[in-house]
Amino acid sequence: MATYQEFIQQNEDRDGVRFSWNLWPSSRLEATRLVVPVSCLFTPLKERPDLPPVQYEPVLCSRANCKAVLNPLCQVDFRAKIWACNFCFQRNPFPPSYAGISDVNQPAELMPQFSTIEYIVQRGPPTPLIFLYVVDTCLEEEDLQALKESLQMSLSLLPPNALVGLITFGRMVQVHELSCEGIAKSYVFRGTKELSSKQIQEMLGLTNPAASGPQGRPVAPQDPAATCRFLQPVHKVDMNLTDLLGELQRDPWPVPQGKRPLRSTGIALSIAVGLLEGTFPNTGARVMMFTGGPPTQGPGMVVGDELKIPIRSWHDITKDNARHLKKATKYYEALANRTAVNGHSIDIYACALDQTGLLEMKCLSNLTGGHIAMGDSFNTSLFKQTFQRVFSKDYNGEFRMAFGGTLEVKTSRELKVSGAIGPCVSLNAKGPCISENEVGVGGTTQWKICSLSPSTTLAMYFEVVNQHNAPIPQGGRGAVQFVTQYQHSNTQKRIRVTTVARNWADAQSQIQHIESSFDQEASAVIMARLGVFRAESEEGPDVLRWLDRQLIRLCQKFGQFNKDDPTSFKLSESLSLYPQFMFHLRRSPFLQVFNNSPDECSYYRHHFVRQDLTQSLIMIQPILYSYSFHGPPEPVLLDSGSILPDRILLMDTFFQLVIYHGETIAQWRKAGYQEQPEYENFKHLLVAPLDDAQEILQTRFPMPRYIDTEHGGSQARFLLSKVNPSQTHNNLYAWGQETGAPILTDDVSLQVFMDHLKKLAVSSAA
Amino acid sequence: MNGLSDDVLRIHRKEPRQVLPRIQVVGSPPFCNEKTITAHRMSQQGYVATPPYSQAQPGMGGYPAGFGSAPAQPLYRHYGGPPQSFPAPPTGMMKPVSSPSGMPPTQVPSHYGSNGQQNGAHPQSYPAPPYGQPPQSPYHSTAHQGPPPAQQLTNQMGAMNLGYGPGPMQSHQAPPTSPLIQQPFQTTPPPAMGHPPLGPPPTGPHSSQMAPPQSPLAGPPMGGPPSMGGPPPMGGMGRPFPGPPPPGAGGFQQPGPGAAGPPGYPQQLQGQLGGQMAGPGMAGPGMAGPGMAGPGMAGPFQGGAAQMAGPPQKKLDPDSIPSTTQVIEDDQAKRGGQVYTTNVRGQVPPLVTTDYTVQDQGNASPRFMRCTTYSFPSTADLAKQCQVPLATIIKPFATVPKNETPMYVVNHGETGPIRCNRCKAYMCPYMQFIDGGRRYQCGFCNCVNEVPAFYFQHLDHMGRRVDFYERPELSLGSYEFAATLDYCKNNKPASPPAYIFMIDVSYANIKSGLVRLVCEELKTLLDNLPREDGAESSMVKVGFVTYNKILHFYNVNSALAQPQMMVVSDTAEMFVPLLDGFLVNFQESCAVINNLLDQIPDMFADTNESETVFAPVIQAGVEALKAAECSGKLFIFHSSIPTAEAPGKLKNRDDKKLINTEKEKTLFQPQKAVYEQLSKDCVSQGCSVDLFLFPSQYVDIATMGDVPTHTGGSVFKYSNFQVDMDGEHFLSDLRKDVEKAIGFDAIMRVRTSTGFRATDFFGAIHMNNTTDVEMAAVDCDKAVTVEFKHDDTLSEETGALMQCALLYTTISGQRRLRIHNLSLNCSAQLSELYKSCETDALINFFTKSAYRAMLNQPLKTVREILVNQMAHMLACYRKNCASPSAASQLILPDAMKVFPVYLNSLLKTGPLVGSAELSTDDRAHQRLITTAMGVEDTQLLLYPRLVPLHNMDVASDMVPAPVRCSEERLTDAGMFLLENGCSLFLWLGQACPPELIQSIFNVTSFAHLPIDLRSLPELDNPQSKKLRSIVDSLLDQRPSSMKLLIVKQKDRSEMLFRQHLVEDKGLHGGASYMDFLCYVHREIRQVLT
Repeated sequence: MATYQEFIQQNEDRDGVRFSWNLWPSSRLEATRLVVPVSCLFTPLKERPDLPPVQYEPVLCSRANCKAVLNPLCQVDFRAKIWACNFCFQRNPFPPSYAGISDVNQPAELMPQFSTIEYIVQRGPPTPLIFLYVVDTCLEEEDLQALKESLQMSLSLLPPNALVGLITFGRMVQVHELSCEGIAKSYVFRGTKELSSKQIQEMLGLTNPAASGPQGRPVAPQDPAATCRFLQPVHKVDMNLTDLLGELQRDPWPVPQGKRPLRSTGIALSIAVGLLEGTFPNTGARVMMFTGGPPTQGPGMVVGDELKIPIRSWHDITKDNARHLKKATKYYEALANRTAVNGHSIDIYACALDQTGLLEMKCLSNLTGGHIAMGDSFNTSLFKQTFQRVFSKDYNGEFRMAFGGTLEVKTSRELKVSGAIGPCVSLNAKGPCISENEVGVGGTTQWKICSLSPSTTLAMYFEVVNQHNAPIPQGGRGAVQFVTQYQHSNTQKRIRVTTVARNWADAQSQIQHIESSFDQEASAVIMARLGVFRAESEEGPDVLRWLDRQLIRLCQKFGQFNKDDPTSFKLSESLSLYPQFMFHLRRSPFLQVFNNSPDECSYYRHHFVRQDLTQSLIMIQPILYSYSFHGPPEPVLLDSGSILPDRILLMDTFFQLVIYHGETIAQWRKAGYQEQPEYENFKHLLVAPLDDAQEILQTRFPMPRYIDTEHGGSQARFLLSKVNPSQTHNNLYAWGQETGAPILTDDVSLQVFMDHLKKLAVSSAA
Repeated sequence: MNGLSDDVLRIHRKEPRQVLPRIQVVGSPPFCNEKTITAHRMSQQGYVATPPYSQAQPGMGGYPAGFGSAPAQPLYRHYGGPPQSFPAPPTGMMKPVSSPSGMPPTQVPSHYGSNGQQNGAHPQSYPAPPYGQPPQSPYHSTAHQGPPPAQQLTNQMGAMNLGYGPGPMQSHQAPPTSPLIQQPFQTTPPPAMGHPPLGPPPTGPHSSQMAPPQSPLAGPPMGGPPSMGGPPPMGGMGRPFPGPPPPGAGGFQQPGPGAAGPPGYPQQLQGQLGGQMAGPGMAGPGMAGPGMAGPGMAGPFQGGAAQMAGPPQKKLDPDSIPSTTQVIEDDQAKRGGQVYTTNVRGQVPPLVTTDYTVQDQGNASPRFMRCTTYSFPSTADLAKQCQVPLATIIKPFATVPKNETPMYVVNHGETGPIRCNRCKAYMCPYMQFIDGGRRYQCGFCNCVNEVPAFYFQHLDHMGRRVDFYERPELSLGSYEFAATLDYCKNNKPASPPAYIFMIDVSYANIKSGLVRLVCEELKTLLDNLPREDGAESSMVKVGFVTYNKILHFYNVNSALAQPQMMVVSDTAEMFVPLLDGFLVNFQESCAVINNLLDQIPDMFADTNESETVFAPVIQAGVEALKAAECSGKLFIFHSSIPTAEAPGKLKNRDDKKLINTEKEKTLFQPQKAVYEQLSKDCVSQGCSVDLFLFPSQYVDIATMGDVPTHTGGSVFKYSNFQVDMDGEHFLSDLRKDVEKAIGFDAIMRVRTSTGFRATDFFGAIHMNNTTDVEMAAVDCDKAVTVEFKHDDTLSEETGALMQCALLYTTISGQRRLRIHNLSLNCSAQLSELYKSCETDALINFFTKSAYRAMLNQPLKTVREILVNQMAHMLACYRKNCASPSAASQLILPDAMKVFPVYLNSLLKTGPLVGSAELSTDDRAHQRLITTAMGVEDTQLLLYPRLVPLHNMDVASDMVPAPVRCSEERLTDAGMFLLENGCSLFLWLGQACPPELIQSIFNVTSFAHLPIDLRSLPELDNPQSKKLRSIVDSLLDQRPSSMKLLIVKQKDRSEMLFRQHLVEDKGLHGGASYMDFLCYVHREIRQVLT
């Protein structure tokens, strides 16, 4: 028997699933006592180079409210050509096409290694992907130029048959017509006037007057020719569009002294949404918004145009002093929901030194599966490469993006689904397996994920509903089936089905087993997502308190200790790292607003709730590598003690990649030793972290901020703020020999944290 | 009918002869030659007009006010209760007359009435009919209407009798009638006046007859003037116009109960025309016979007079009634080619038609300011009494001939122009320097101001500043000041204006080829944008918009390789989608613009959009100018009524049923408040709108033209536009319009010396308050008519001073103040006033006020008011200024002797005539274009030039002398050119000599002329060249272009031509000149009695 580690790894590789518990407590009561709920991180489109899709329709359970897909866990009677649904126990005949089925001739979906299987199905005519660029023109000349180049470049990355459109905005919003010969034509909208989708379509001339007239019905789109004026196949218009982009000018309206440029982001987005809504509902489409500042007019404005009034800060928000916050958020939420209903997604690429209103606009991406990228300027490699990477391709040469996804969850009877946290919206699909206990986005068995990438990961929360006294049949297993329907980037419609099962265990007799089945990494991320989800609606301290309580309870439940004796406290191996994760989570920007602007928090949280486990963990607890002459590069503790003069450190926080040269190294480098042949080894040492960093940079999306700094450098703060402050100015001399670097902070160190934890865990008062 | 007519006939027959004599008697009056005129002027002939109409004074005030608005009602009432209302003014006037008049009223009415009816009934029949003498017959026939035909008949009979012999006439109702008759005759005859034609001989007889009547009647009248005071007259006065209503109404209006007024006239016309025209027909009866020649002439006159008398048929000699062409010719002969020096206060300038040179010596050239009279009555009472409107027509940017000095620009540096501290009048020749030059007294408010140190100058022994001749503001009537920042919007220097071309690219315009035509033309036209004298290129920026139910803006930034189009579909809230590149310098962006103009016709070539918007288009223009912070002008090329869903959407409300009802006025009122607000926006931004309309059906010009006519713009209309037919016409309009001199964002203020003030303003203007005339733009053809009223008594010594100050932005973006000063005389003698009257200016005022009044009053009322006021003016003259004469004499002040023909013409203009045959749009259009007309334009419009061409002297450069606008002047063998500033006709007689046809049209004879002749072929022969050069020079002189219509005699199209023969009976109603004179005469007599 493999270790749990291996089992977990194997499951993740095959199914993209990591459960918090790999043995499930058999009753509701026991389950709640475990503190960490039965839950999982699920990556619906996890890349499976080894999994060729099958070209037929899945076989469904015939029970109307089940419709589970035939899977390896089903019992099959080859003779009678009957299979029993493992969720509802309905007995179903195989369809005629399965007539030849037998013990030795099984369809793929019955083989155990195909617990995840992908079907290619026919559903209507394929529709091309759509990319609608929404471009802010209130940029500095240099920025705009860089952005224009990036956009022009992107044309060559798009699938040739994809439809592309362009909307620019500043004080006004322009929808560019791409099909026209000769004169460049665009439709212009006032940046302050909110228009209904119908009005927008009318004004764009997209409605068929005959149809719209008498019945007064919102016109069914489509005179394709008309729609095509704004959305054209890339291969047809790329010359046109390249020229058009080349001629894009900065917003010409004068910006008086002391004012911000007028930026009609809200209207621009609503027009983009309206345009797609009218022309291509329920088709894979990406609205890609590039903005260089906050919306300053019209609905959705985040800050007025008076420069003397700064954009809202956390301080303003807590003081309820952010005038536009609620209104803008509401506006964008409505817009996001509309977009989600249409199955489109919205990306936000915000590049500015100040905030750009991501806090208000985040839902646009969060609810539609869109990306958010945040940078200082469009003229940085951070933006350029991030943007480029949106169009990266997989091993098959296909885009790593999928659209219009629907994720459905089916559970066996003892289990119900409480909710999901991730870039999804509820489809409000009712079914038998919905838990009354809602966690995250719940109350449904289906979620819409407008845009998916192979790394898109949702946290799914379940509830064990089996009553304490109702025994689980020996060897019984609980099963969960994930059915993900989506439009592949090559326009195929696909269905991926993942069916997983875990054994039930009696929590009283088999608590050890359950404990050892604990996946502390997954659990940390799952709990963190819950925390982040709560943080969106609750006060920061409340969330921290809740997290702490959960941690303490977990330690009480699984720790070995003597009452009121903190020193006796011990955690088993399967839980040993968990408190440390929690420690770093508490300090992370996901929960700490100090030193992070509202926009930054929104940005970090956005990525945290969608990345897979590995990346999420990096976000919670950054990785620190050390390079020195003392040996090969090695990971070291994320601790101030690791900061030594003769080391180069490489820290990966997901969002930042920091290379930190210790004091001595920095001096050497300054002195230019690396230039001298006799110090070639030093040169190699200097290069090593760069190479490693490069490797990370090449795969990471979004591109992390790359920081090359040294001891005493101002940018060293990125490192210093992350490491565990084991040495601070307070205890600098208390620890005897000086090693590492003291951190000027009042934050508690991991040591103090653990001490407290132990004390509270063992306290009988608790 | 017949019975009646017979009687009438008889009467008529008798009369003719008599008529002549009468005429002679009358002879002396106004019309006469200049010599006589002078005499007359002195007031000998004057008719005594009791009521003061002109001014808005209380009584009369009704009038002016009436037009205005509130006053209107009073007027109504007056009219309504004709006698009463008027009474006041007239009162006291003509006792003597009155007594006799008592009867007359009834008669009068009947006559008129009868006329009316007849006309209505058998207009045409008249000529031929048994009546023999159409004119009379009509009148008589009128009798029919009279409820008691019999009575009327008798009355008429009586009248007739009168006509014959005063005796009978008088005996019956005659008194009035007879006088009328006589008067008319006399007027006509006023051989003295210079129309001696009337031949004294005839007078003899008549006179004898007349005499009796006259003596009684006339006697009183003459004496009347003084006697006017009598209450009865009042009644009369009131009635004259209004008068008609009851009796008059009976009489006048009766004719066409509904159309009353007009029909009445028309009939007469017909009658006369018939008589005259038909010659035979008319004459037939016998009247004609003579009528044609001598009698004929007389006939008309008498006709007028005759109405009363009956003799009319025999007619006066048409030549004997005052002739506009004669007056023009005389003035040209007397003052043409001379230098008119403006150094004398109250000096009456030459006629607008005269060719003269102005030398500015302290008063503004009459080209800039022309007054209805150059001698104001010194008191409000007098003004009220004479009813002569006191008005000035100001054309601030009038084109000045090359040989006159251009405007000087005075720059007083940073302090700005020197102004009176109290009334803010600008430094001008009327400021009196005192105290050794250290102070000056304002000529307007008498305030004494310190002279700023930098401006100090010593005085010479005359008390004049030593630098008098060095400073235009001290020595000239017109000059400009450079304005300082204080005079600029927001205290920011103005920027050069912009011209935005907005082309309707809906189906209609594309199909007609207009869009292509405009685009082609613009390519060259834009090189000729107006520029400052001496400037190398124009500073004016240009922008382009096309639209149907959405708008397309174009970015034509010179940096672009291709123009960019920006579509705005949000017509509900218009805005301008771009800033840079919309308004550009044509020279710089020439390539891009030409590229654009090439593409526009093709881009929309296959459009099928037929709906358009309109208000949003203007809004867009305003917004564009606002964004660019400049003033400017929109050139809108529009095809159809805007029905697309947007602000300012219009619906067809062209309801012919409203014509001649109380609600007719609604046809001319703009539809929506949207446009009112738009006008305001335009004016406040200095955005003028020129509208070129290419309608194929009703477009509601009354509404669409609202904004242009409040923003100093123009409305051009090309119905059923076809490129090959109307293209050139339109293009030359466009060229003129684009190239003409113009000022923007203007505010005009008219200051006056104490005692009177400007009270009412007419023009393509916007008024936010009662004093500031705001004009988004004002060009060289736009005139503002300003009416003055008394506040107080004016001093004869200081006279009446006025200063018109116009603050505007020049074509190059400089802010300037243009000042025009004018000083008039004041007099307690009405004769002075009448002597200094300017008929052309008067009619300009009347036209504008009537056209405004028709928005608020029924047309009938407006027409009545007009005639009434004229009658009062003339009656007042007769009463106060003319030497005693027979009441039957029509006496006209020399300066106003052709006023009736103009007024009659005005009454016959489309807007006032109320006929369902005229398109509502045409009427509204004419009404609108008139609002900004100057004196020259109205003069020409109301009395077109009819130039005989068949015997022109090919060798000379001269244009043949125009003849009177009457069918009578046409000859079958002739060829005539007629133009009125709006239309241009070439009329070809049926018997036109083939040689002439050959030389002009290159076809062998009249019969060979193609049906759809449109233009003059260019032939190399003297006749052709001469004709073409005449046409060209005409087109060159007029503010707007005219389309040449070639009309063949007896062709259907001749109707169009005929309606411009203003001395004839109107095609759609309206009296002939002769009939009108008679009518007026009667009105006058009523006033006097």
